[in-house]
Amino acid sequence: MSRKEQTPAQISTFTMMMIFIVLAISFAAIILAIQAYSVYENQFAAAYLTFIGILGIALSLYTIMQVRRRLARLKIETPPVITTIECKKCGFKSVREFQRGDYVFKEVEPCRKCNENMIITAIYREFKEKRKETTSF
Amino acid sequence: MMMLQGLLFELPGGGDVFSQILTILIYAFLFISLFYGQKIQMHLMLKEIEGSLYRLKYIRDEGRRIAIETIKEVGKPQKDPTTMVDRFLEYFTIQPEDMDPAGIVWKLEHILDVRDARFKDEVKLLAPEADDVQINNLENTLEAAMALNYIYKVIRHYYLLGKKTLSLYIIMQIQMILPLVMREAEAYASALKAFAYGQPIGDGIGPLVAAKLMHGYPVRKVAKDCVVAEVPIEGRIAYVIKAEGPGGNVGKPGDAVKAVIEENEGKIASIIMIDAALKLEGEEVGEVSEGVGAAIGGPGVDKFKIEETILKYRIPINAVIIKEDIGDAVSPMRKEIFDSADKAIERIKQVILEKTKEGDKIIIVGVGNTIGIGQ
Repeated sequence: MSRKEQTPAQISTFTMMMIFIVLAISFAAIILAIQAYSVYENQFAAAYLTFIGILGIALSLYTIMQVRRRLARLKIETPPVITTIECKKCGFKSVREFQRGDYVFKEVEPCRKCNENMIITAIYREFKEKRKETTSF
Repeated sequence: MMMLQGLLFELPGGGDVFSQILTILIYAFLFISLFYGQKIQMHLMLKEIEGSLYRLKYIRDEGRRIAIETIKEVGKPQKDPTTMVDRFLEYFTIQPEDMDPAGIVWKLEHILDVRDARFKDEVKLLAPEADDVQINNLENTLEAAMALNYIYKVIRHYYLLGKKTLSLYIIMQIQMILPLVMREAEAYASALKAFAYGQPIGDGIGPLVAAKLMHGYPVRKVAKDCVVAEVPIEGRIAYVIKAEGPGGNVGKPGDAVKAVIEENEGKIASIIMIDAALKLEGEEVGEVSEGVGAAIGGPGVDKFKIEETILKYRIPINAVIIKEDIGDAVSPMRKEIFDSADKAIERIKQVILEKTKEGDKIIIVGVGNTIGIGQ
């Protein structure tokens, strides 16, 4: 398995180069448009060049946003996992983040109230729904 | 500037310049869609597959990285385990020949046993300092990494094949199943960390219900990687069976059920199996349902053994399932699923009261991966 290939978590050099070239041309078009309007007083050419410039900048920004969105989508989300510890004798309950080695029904540290050994009674993750379904079924 | 203006005004077609441009664009669009429409569609499909392939590659590499890091952290190997892990990711299992299906279950069982033993030996070599629980968890982590590697390679194969042959049908097939493949890959990706850390997963709801029932009662080993406890429930004696935790393990519930039935000379009033089941879209996660039959997935060996034994002694079998989707089944257990364990216990008690008499002997089997769940 070759590990020299570019990882998808990086933006490719070619894409970046293309974005910069388009941006440079777009800015040049806008400068030319200003020049055409103020120096040559040619409103028609100025309008065309402004249109090209704005279109180029919009396309570049859209591409950058798309690439950023793709990179964000690549990350694997790891939701927090919660461990609940309970004392069977006095009912004292404590909740903490999951630690490696935890398992359901494992005996852990003694209870702070009655000194009896506590046990892990629950390990779960809280799931947050990204968006609610709008269907009525 | 004047040249640009002049050039635009000189375009053929008559009328104003915008109408001319629009006409040319419409003609160009028609021409392109007529002759290159399919190629453009194919290109767009290939682009979509390529995007998903990037994500699959990232997930596959993450899986490999997590597996290697966990082995280094837990197993403290003398050598760098990277080469061995890469070799492990390429392992395969050949299914037995099914031209003459008689006896195929035993052949399949044998092959699965050999595979299991081989995996365990390899993991022990990879992580010499790991204890039994950690070895089971590492084995599960590597299996998830293997699945991700396989999914990536299959999708890449069809993508490259489609690109090489320019066959619309090859590309279309893969593009159509891609959303489902991606869901499965995402599920395995979230499973990786759960296996690496030894967190209970959604599939463990069956063993969790069994563990809740048997907790506090003496436990003994009954078959390979399975434990049983005699628990009094509603005036009946329940033999509660689950895979031995807290390491990642499904055990051999088929053998365990057979052993308990034979210990009692077939005098078992009912068997109740609890398992996680795939929910349909629109159903609630953690919904509890009840039915009849052997609620157990996997390659089918254990299901076959249970069905054979209950048929021999004519024992009725009931099933209680907890609904969840593929993503929930292999990722850390959701609160809704954890909370459904109590609802499932209530349902089991209801089945016991309705289907058996006081003093009867029953078997309750919690089916699934017991990772992160003791007894």
